[in-house]
Amino acid sequence: MIPVEFFFVLSALLFFIGFFGFVTRRNLIAMLISIELILNSADINFAVFNRILFPGQLEGFFFSLFSMGVSAAETAVAIAIIINVYRNLHSDQVNSIENMKF
Amino acid sequence: MANLVMFCILAVVIIGSAIVCVSTKRIMRAATFLLFVLFGVAGIYFLLDYTFLGAAQISIYAGGITMLYIFAIQLVSKRTLQGLQERLHGGRVIAGCIAALVGLATVVVILLKNKFIDMAAQMGDQEVPMEKIGTALLGSDKYQYVLPFEFISVFLLACIIGGIMIARKEDKK
Repeated sequence: MIPVEFFFVLSALLFFIGFFGFVTRRNLIAMLISIELILNSADINFAVFNRILFPGQLEGFFFSLFSMGVSAAETAVAIAIIINVYRNLHSDQVNSIENMKF
Repeated sequence: MANLVMFCILAVVIIGSAIVCVSTKRIMRAATFLLFVLFGVAGIYFLLDYTFLGAAQISIYAGGITMLYIFAIQLVSKRTLQGLQERLHGGRVIAGCIAALVGLATVVVILLKNKFIDMAAQMGDQEVPMEKIGTALLGSDKYQYVLPFEFISVFLLACIIGGIMIARKEDKK
């Protein structure tokens, strides 16, 4: 039996590693990868809360399942935007995007 | 006890890969280590006996999203691939470190001091049966999820159309 605190500490660590990457990196794809880390830590928390605190119910299970689908869609659209930005500005750094209209 | 050992191995893999993932300069390496983090998270789900969730994690994240990242990296920038463009500023790294550590301390203290930890039940040893998941996913009663299921299919369709609209080449008229 794994103590429930271990899972909380693991997901908090993962969340703040992703936060650190999001704050420090200036490459659009690297920032998106950091967002994936943050989403994964949230998913771990949903699954753990459901499994250990409320076994017998399935709310957290389905929430993390749907969150996976939403993050897949979000990644697809964000990568489309990044490719478009690169095509127009020839750079993939956030500093190069100064106004929203090309 | 075996579970605890497996958890420690998975935690080391996840945290180590995540640190390398955010601190490496080469973007391709970051994508590769993201893949290891995703596999580790899938292992956590298997450890919790949520095998369906772990399989979905592997097939959606590791199979789909990582492929998408690799294609995007190959399409976007040759200079970034070779690790020449990303420069990390020392000041920003220190500020990010401090902010992350303060946030981490706050969140960990809140989680560990809270009362709900005392409610921690004995974790069930058997996995959730597939029949139960399927009935809950496609039923329309209370605590059943056919409405979000249908909604997310419409949402994915909207995202496919939106992605094509954004990423296609504009005709120069």
